[in-house]
Amino acid sequence: MELLAFVVFGLAALVSAIVVVAHRSPIHSTLSLVVTLVSTAALFLMLGSPFLAALQVLLYTGAILVLFLFVIMLLNVQRERTGAAARSPFQTWSALIAAFVLAGAVCRLLWDAHGEAVLAPLTEDFVALRNTASLLFRDYLLPFEMVGLLLLVAVVVASWVARRGGADSEEESR
Amino acid sequence: MSVPISWYLLLAAALFAIGAIGALTRRNGIAIFLSIELMLNAANLTLAAYSRLLGDRAGQMVVFFVLAVAAAEAAVGLALFIGIFRLRRTIDVNRINLLRW
Amino acid sequence: MDALSLLWWIPALPFLGAAVNGLLVRNGQKGLVTFVGLAAPGASMLLGLTAIWQYATGLAPEPLRQAVYSWTVGEMSIDVAFRLDPLSAVMTFVVTVVGFLIHVYSVGYMGREEGYRRYFSFLNLFMGAMLLLVLGSNFLVMFVGWEGVGLCSYLLIGYYFDQEFPPEAGKKAFVVNRIGDFAFLVGMLALFASFGTLEFGEITERVLAAPEIAKAPYVFGLSLAGFVTLCLFIGAMGKSAQIPLYVWLPDAMAGPTPVSALIHAATMVTAGVYMVVRTNVLYQLAPEISLFVAGIGAATAIFAATIGLAQNDIKKVLAYSTVSQLGYMFLAAGVGAYVAAIFHLATHAFFKALLFLGSGSVIHAMGGEQDMQKMGGLRKHLPLTYPTYLIATLAIAGIPPLAGFFSKDEILAGAFAGHHHLIWGVGILTAGLTACYMFRSVYLTFHGSFRGSHEQEHHLHESPKVMTVPLVLLALGAVTAGWIGIPTGLWEMAGFADHNVLHHFLSPVIATLPGVDTGHHLSHSTELLLMLVSVAVALGGWLVAKRLWGGERGLAADRTFAERLPFVQRLLANKYYVDELYDRVIVRPLAGLARGCWKIVDTLLIDGALHVGAFVTELTGDLGRFSTTGNIRNYALYFFAGVLLLFWWMIF
Repeated sequence: MELLAFVVFGLAALVSAIVVVAHRSPIHSTLSLVVTLVSTAALFLMLGSPFLAALQVLLYTGAILVLFLFVIMLLNVQRERTGAAARSPFQTWSALIAAFVLAGAVCRLLWDAHGEAVLAPLTEDFVALRNTASLLFRDYLLPFEMVGLLLLVAVVVASWVARRGGADSEEESR
Repeated sequence: MSVPISWYLLLAAALFAIGAIGALTRRNGIAIFLSIELMLNAANLTLAAYSRLLGDRAGQMVVFFVLAVAAAEAAVGLALFIGIFRLRRTIDVNRINLLRW
Repeated sequence: MDALSLLWWIPALPFLGAAVNGLLVRNGQKGLVTFVGLAAPGASMLLGLTAIWQYATGLAPEPLRQAVYSWTVGEMSIDVAFRLDPLSAVMTFVVTVVGFLIHVYSVGYMGREEGYRRYFSFLNLFMGAMLLLVLGSNFLVMFVGWEGVGLCSYLLIGYYFDQEFPPEAGKKAFVVNRIGDFAFLVGMLALFASFGTLEFGEITERVLAAPEIAKAPYVFGLSLAGFVTLCLFIGAMGKSAQIPLYVWLPDAMAGPTPVSALIHAATMVTAGVYMVVRTNVLYQLAPEISLFVAGIGAATAIFAATIGLAQNDIKKVLAYSTVSQLGYMFLAAGVGAYVAAIFHLATHAFFKALLFLGSGSVIHAMGGEQDMQKMGGLRKHLPLTYPTYLIATLAIAGIPPLAGFFSKDEILAGAFAGHHHLIWGVGILTAGLTACYMFRSVYLTFHGSFRGSHEQEHHLHESPKVMTVPLVLLALGAVTAGWIGIPTGLWEMAGFADHNVLHHFLSPVIATLPGVDTGHHLSHSTELLLMLVSVAVALGGWLVAKRLWGGERGLAADRTFAERLPFVQRLLANKYYVDELYDRVIVRPLAGLARGCWKIVDTLLIDGALHVGAFVTELTGDLGRFSTTGNIRNYALYFFAGVLLLFWWMIF
């Protein structure tokens, strides 16, 4: 049962990730990223953290990717043009090789480290949202507040940068 | 049947590699951004898996903060793209070569 | 007022004046500049005279020493201390009195110059440094003053820095002095290494207590005393313009005339003589070096005197005369007549300052003209300058009873008494030459008829009071200064008690060593005979000058001389070509060496290495810049490659 779920969501995540990277249209990329993220949320759930799963869906897909979509629509980004000048085979191939080397090395290492080791069953204590909350709001209170401040700063900066982009943007914003 | 922990980790590594390929090959700024989000997500998955393996919820806390920082990053990054687009009428990174000699 | 406890203010006041004039007062405030520039050395003079009076009347311990500050570096500790003893008292008297009078004279002479404030600031600075030199209680303080006067000399020779020659002359003076100063420093360090102190008093006591230390072999086959005195004498050669380092002094006449009078005639150039007398205990222990000093002195005396005979620039005549008289002083110090050396130093300060100021007055009247060929008959126009100049000439020629007679006679007597008959002969010949060329300058300048242009003749006028009053006062000094040292023999012959004031006053300073024969005594008849000979020679020189240049004869004798003996005339007029010789032998090879160092070491090696380095950097930069394409994706790829490398490094 668990294996089946892992295979389904894992495959969904992988395939949609490839679509994210490979598709020329930003809209499609973004939407397939939604699939990846939701699949990952399901994996989070299976890994015993419903809190993260909920956050993943609410925050990532609900907020961040919506933001992406808005920006894409605002800028009216077209498909990437594929002119001869725009291609750079060296860049592409070296990226592919580098990524495969990295993935291969990491996979090899991980397999050597953990192999077929099977996890102990989940405990009630690990999954309980109450414990997660108390950890977040007691032990990690200061970083939590700082992240709040960071988000505030990010919002201010974002609104300033986007508003004062250029001379013509002044007219647009009025 | 229970899933071995290494499968989660291998999946995360694969997602990370795909994200890296995207970040390095795409020319559309927003697509690069999406690829980076993908890589972040892969890292999150690794963290969550190790949290499960070690039975320590600190990994989950880190994932939480990564999500929050990703949100901030997305906000600022997208704002920058809007700004650059207003100046240059493009977000093709091949044509944004401000760092050239 | 207890002037003795204020001893250190004597050099400090002129320094203060220099600082105020140099740093605080503005160029336009001429009255203020004059006030400060005169008040500082004036107050210093009053303080100095009071201190000397109180000291001489026995109010002070013997000798008076006042430490102001102690300079300590590790084990070494040297006091900034001042010392008032008979020798420094005489020097202080000469420096402050002559110096102040020249300051007053300068007010008139420099009145219309641009750099009035600069001039007075430097002149005060010089007074301070000179007083530091003579009042310093140890070699280090003396050396500071020594270098200070050298600096002021440089600054004031190059006073007219907008012309071509004066700055060159200043540099020449500075560089030539450096050679001597280096030797001085070596001698000083040798003393410090041997005795662990630089105090004059302490060194003298130690040497007197154990002369064998100073007589012990040191280096180059010389004893310690020999080495130190040789080094110090080389220092004195530079400062006091002796062969072979005299060449800067004639060129130093490029400075303003009062500067020539004060620095290059009356005070600074005598510092070497002062130093030799100050260390007389060591010189007495090094007879071979003393003889060397006497020889150099005698050679310089006659050498410069012959050059003086053929010069036409009135200041050049006086400059060579100064070199010649300084040679006299070293002659005296070399034959052991230290008191005579200081005596001549003091009298010379008065009459030579007077001569220079008189020539300044003449130049002032001539509108800047210094060539005696264009002068003549000025005595009608300069009723005060003429008699004072004449008095000074009589004094330097050694006509009794003026100052120069007594001091010069004592030197010659000292040489004769020490059985240095050759040196005596040179001295007496020089005395005749001195009288001859000095009267030549008098006749060419003041007698005969005017040889300049009509405008110049129309312009002729006596200088203002501020210039003539110092002339009169100095003339008074030139007449009377000799009377403090009327020889013992004369007093005894006349049936009086011995009133040779200077001798008695200075005797504590002159060390008496066991086994060193200092008391050369001549019989009264010999002494009188020597006096008569020297007076006869001086009068002879005067008469020769009168025959050749007196009356309306003008330059006829010079022309005849040039026709009859063209070679000798050219040799003398060109100062024996010494400058040219130095230029060929020393200056040009050095310049060539420097140029070689510049071309090969600097340009080729040092610059070359730098250029290669720069080229390599540029090359790598040029290669590296192709990596900065400006394409962010490329940068991301580099970043990723870096991550891979890091990964590799972490795993393996």
